[in-house]
Amino acid sequence: MTVKRTYERPVIKKLESNMPNKFGMRTIYEPVTHLEENAVKDLISEYGSPLFVISETKIRKNYSASRQAFETRYPRVQFAWSYKTNYLDAICNIYHQEGSWAEVVSGFEYDKAIRNGVNGSKIIFNGPDKSEEDLRKAVTNNSLIHIDHLDELYLLQDIARATKQRPKVAIRVNMDTGVFPMWDRFGFNYENGQAWDALNKIMFSGQMDLVGLHTHIGTFMLAPSAYAVAASKLAHLAQSVLTKYNHEIKYIDMGGGFASKNTLKGSYLPGSDISPSIDDFAEAITSALMNSDYRPKTPPLLIIESGRVLIDDAAWLLGTVLANKRLSDGRRSVILDVGVNILFTAFWYDHKITPAQAFTSYTEDTALYGPLCMNIDVVRENINMPMLNKGDQLVVHHVGAYNMTQWMQFITLRPKVVLIDEKFKVHVIRNNETLSILTDLEAVPSHLVDFEL
Amino acid sequence: MKIKNNIAVSDNGFVFNPGSGESFTVNPVGLVMLNMLRKGLSQSKIVATIIEEYNIDASSVERDLNDFKEMMRQYRLMQHDDE
Repeated sequence: MTVKRTYERPVIKKLESNMPNKFGMRTIYEPVTHLEENAVKDLISEYGSPLFVISETKIRKNYSASRQAFETRYPRVQFAWSYKTNYLDAICNIYHQEGSWAEVVSGFEYDKAIRNGVNGSKIIFNGPDKSEEDLRKAVTNNSLIHIDHLDELYLLQDIARATKQRPKVAIRVNMDTGVFPMWDRFGFNYENGQAWDALNKIMFSGQMDLVGLHTHIGTFMLAPSAYAVAASKLAHLAQSVLTKYNHEIKYIDMGGGFASKNTLKGSYLPGSDISPSIDDFAEAITSALMNSDYRPKTPPLLIIESGRVLIDDAAWLLGTVLANKRLSDGRRSVILDVGVNILFTAFWYDHKITPAQAFTSYTEDTALYGPLCMNIDVVRENINMPMLNKGDQLVVHHVGAYNMTQWMQFITLRPKVVLIDEKFKVHVIRNNETLSILTDLEAVPSHLVDFEL
Repeated sequence: MKIKNNIAVSDNGFVFNPGSGESFTVNPVGLVMLNMLRKGLSQSKIVATIIEEYNIDASSVERDLNDFKEMMRQYRLMQHDDE
């Protein structure tokens, strides 16, 4: 019996000689058939498609590199894992095992950190939404409360008075660091004196322990110099407190927002080429602190609340081709089982996407759509892809940050998340949703139970 | 619809339309289909030939062949039978 040849969808492509890519970059990648010794097809066969896959090895490596970048430049550094970036328990615990504190922005995240076993004194409580109940809990647990607005400051004063406890507080400071847009909705402004007023209120009240200063200047920041400006301004505030009250600020929290290697939509060059390294950010921040005029007896602890840069490239999303279509303008479109409901970051990034099986050199400009019956469900508007067939598998890269927290149950159910450990063994760390998980939360009034069609 | 008579196709998949000056490339399966279309073979004959030679089912080939012909029509490489 003769062996039949491998079939590839027929394609004809016009040769465009007048539109060279001046950077000469390849837009096609090697197929990614395995993720840390595990075949993509085996993972999908065992755990279903779509499927989030996270690498424990990569997380620990990223953390170690980031810690080294700061600790080799500054004597006292503490990382606090940003829960909102990815608050799956297994993921948080990897960071806690590495020594990270917890940085939370809601009562829900706070309770999750406590449930994970984080000591209350090692939880940083950020964000504009802290209920009285949340604050009372945080005060009792000696957590570090970062005050966002005056209403919260007054509420904390009331709690301190009523409970005779001394909350450990910092204020969040927003400022002009020379980048656009300037984030001024969180915390107290530096330039107009709000921050200094809030610090005076705390010191005059005598009911709270002012232990830190905090800022978080933006997200996906591409300019390390902005962090240098921010660090200098916080150091200046710290020195002002020391001069006026003879009170040492114990820590300076620079937040996070460091860019990962993803490519922002509209960016001409890929993120892998233009995003600064963690060393660039570390150099800017630590140099600014060391060279500042803040002169306490003990150098303040430098807290980093990084999330995205520590996990983005440690996760992949596996998916499968559902169908091929030709659009009215002749463009190829491919429908995947991966939609924006689980790949929220498709709204921000042009994700790198690679086939999970061998392909030839023939390619087509392709629009990649998700499975949702919604026009917004676009994974990539235009990407050069090989001939994909129904059933082919794909790997979406750099999906570790925000997707597993901002994903939504919409039209389809959310898939499994698996972790590949350091010995390349696969563990399910979040099961897929089922219909009953959702319907168990619902109630149908008795008059709406029956109907006839 | 049929392939225009003056379209030049090389053995390695290079396609030239002297009418417009435009050039194209086709992949190996596309080249096989294109040559059969130029010979005037029927759709059913082309599908039968492909499934005989390649590891693929008839409905997939028929779908891909229709799509391939549509792309060639958009690239103005096809003409009506009576032209």
